[in-house]
Amino acid sequence: MGLDIRIPIGLMFGVIGLMLVVYGAVTGGGADYQRSLGINVNLWWGAALCVFSAVMLWLGRRGFKR
Amino acid sequence: MNGIQLAGIDWAILCIYFAFVLGIGWVLRRHMRTSTDFLLSGRAIPAWIAGLAFLSANLGAQEMIGMAASGAKYGIATSHFYWVGAIPAMVFVGLFMMPFYYGSRARSVPEYLKLRFDEKTRAFNAVSFATMTVFSSGISMYALAKLFVLLLGWNFNVSIWVSAVIVLVYIYLGGLTSAIYNEVLQFFLIVLGFLPLVLLGLKDIGGWHGLTARLATVATSRGYAAGAWSQSWSHLTSPAANPMGVEWFGMVMGLGFVLSFGYWCTDFLVVQRAMAANSMSAAQRTPLIASIPKMFFPFLIIVPGMIAMALTVQGGGFSLPVKGDSYDFDMAIPSMLAHYFPPGLLGLGLTALMASFMSGMAGNVTAFNTVWTYDLYQSYVKKDASDQHLLWVGRMTTVFGIVASVVTAYLAAQFNNIMDFLQLVFAFVNAPLFATFLLGMFWRRGTGHGAFFGLLSGTTAAAIHHGLTVPTHAVGWIKGGWLSHLLGATPLHVYPSEMAQNFWTAIWAWSACFAVTILVSVATRRTKSDEELKGLVYSLTARPKQEAVAWYKRPLELGIVVLVLAVVLNVIFW
Repeated sequence: MGLDIRIPIGLMFGVIGLMLVVYGAVTGGGADYQRSLGINVNLWWGAALCVFSAVMLWLGRRGFKR
Repeated sequence: MNGIQLAGIDWAILCIYFAFVLGIGWVLRRHMRTSTDFLLSGRAIPAWIAGLAFLSANLGAQEMIGMAASGAKYGIATSHFYWVGAIPAMVFVGLFMMPFYYGSRARSVPEYLKLRFDEKTRAFNAVSFATMTVFSSGISMYALAKLFVLLLGWNFNVSIWVSAVIVLVYIYLGGLTSAIYNEVLQFFLIVLGFLPLVLLGLKDIGGWHGLTARLATVATSRGYAAGAWSQSWSHLTSPAANPMGVEWFGMVMGLGFVLSFGYWCTDFLVVQRAMAANSMSAAQRTPLIASIPKMFFPFLIIVPGMIAMALTVQGGGFSLPVKGDSYDFDMAIPSMLAHYFPPGLLGLGLTALMASFMSGMAGNVTAFNTVWTYDLYQSYVKKDASDQHLLWVGRMTTVFGIVASVVTAYLAAQFNNIMDFLQLVFAFVNAPLFATFLLGMFWRRGTGHGAFFGLLSGTTAAAIHHGLTVPTHAVGWIKGGWLSHLLGATPLHVYPSEMAQNFWTAIWAWSACFAVTILVSVATRRTKSDEELKGLVYSLTARPKQEAVAWYKRPLELGIVVLVLAVVLNVIFW
């Protein structure tokens, strides 16, 4: 179909993940994180999204080469 | 609760999402050359994509909000909608019905009815389905806009038009393929946006044990056994023992057999995704692949509702908002998002909510497009239309369908009662459908007259049952008992809950349709010969050949694994 959907999915979560990681690193320790039980969820979940993004991009590229 | 302030990063995440969904439509626009490309994705979608889209199209905002609300209100028993309702039905449609849907090359569910039965059965189904999809996408649009007004203080008009225009653009450009691809993106967004909510909530309440301990307080304080919120089957012995007010028979027959099979096996909104798959095997595996994530969705959607309820009774910190004299259960997920997510993750959570809404709406619009273009326009308005003309009609229908949804959303805001009434009528029309398909696919003697009058009597039986019974504490005729009221009599039966009444309405509708279809079929002459029914009826169709591929790529083996997993989940939470 000319477009492997895993590529845009990987890209989107990569961008959002990186934004969350950076935002989490900058705002870490702020009062906002009392809501999330003192955990810097932006940093951790952002990192998780980056991993997911990398897996999607890898699968997409592999599928594309085939 | 009113007016959570969104930070710049939350807006940025929402905008990135909008950019990607529109971008996918833009990239796909060049591939839309024929009406088949636009309305059926050229039957070229791989199984895993079709599977996730199959799941996502059903995962509208109302499903998310409603199932979380039920989780708070009724506890883990809400999982019956998944483990008794959806999963067996999805396995059935994949293994037993897909060979006829896909094998007959019908382009829609109504078209299958025409091939199998006759023109009037198709027309009845096509018209009711087309109207219903437009109304339900409008109603969910209204629900979402209302939520954003309440939660974020957004403007109602802006909420409606922005979401409508985005869905319009990406479907107009890339048709069904664009809707399906975006549904896959939306699926991942929904999972990854709500998962942290479950994790944080469970950590806060002290894990599953902390949750059941708090829910035991909820249950005993309302006069139920301690496990009524945390055990799914143990309290179904009588309607009085559980907050849903249903017993196991009504649950298994009404929800499991009639309603769920009716929805997952005959609703073109979901079946369309499987029809777009690139081979028979892929079409069969579409609902099976969908059922694997589906069976874990209770942990993603129902558990947050249960946590919201548990935290509310625990006191301190979080509490469900109050509406009138009870909790506003529909706010379970939104208020949990606002409670736990800091700026950043909050943007992701709201985007996930937006994504669930868009996937549901796009599902409705693409199904409407196909039924309108092929089953109504090509069949009744312009029979000799060229394919290019149909492609144009498909695009125009997208515009029309979305405008009609927006109008419905405004109507819903004005006249709540009319919407309740319409949804009721659609429930009556849908309830008997599965009997027609079951007899159509597995009994060659079933005739067009039989199917048509069976459907009519099923719908009538549903209306009569609803008119003669009421749930307890019912206010107004919309909840039932209107026929008794007209006749000046007392209702024949009082159900312990609305849900119990719904299940039994469905059981009566199904049985009436089943019986009348058989009676009328036997009394009327066959209009289709065995030759014409090849590929449409089980006994006259060659079984799809078992391919020599890995077991997880074979529908039968996959289906068995799915069923075993569903049984295990039922047993764990018994």
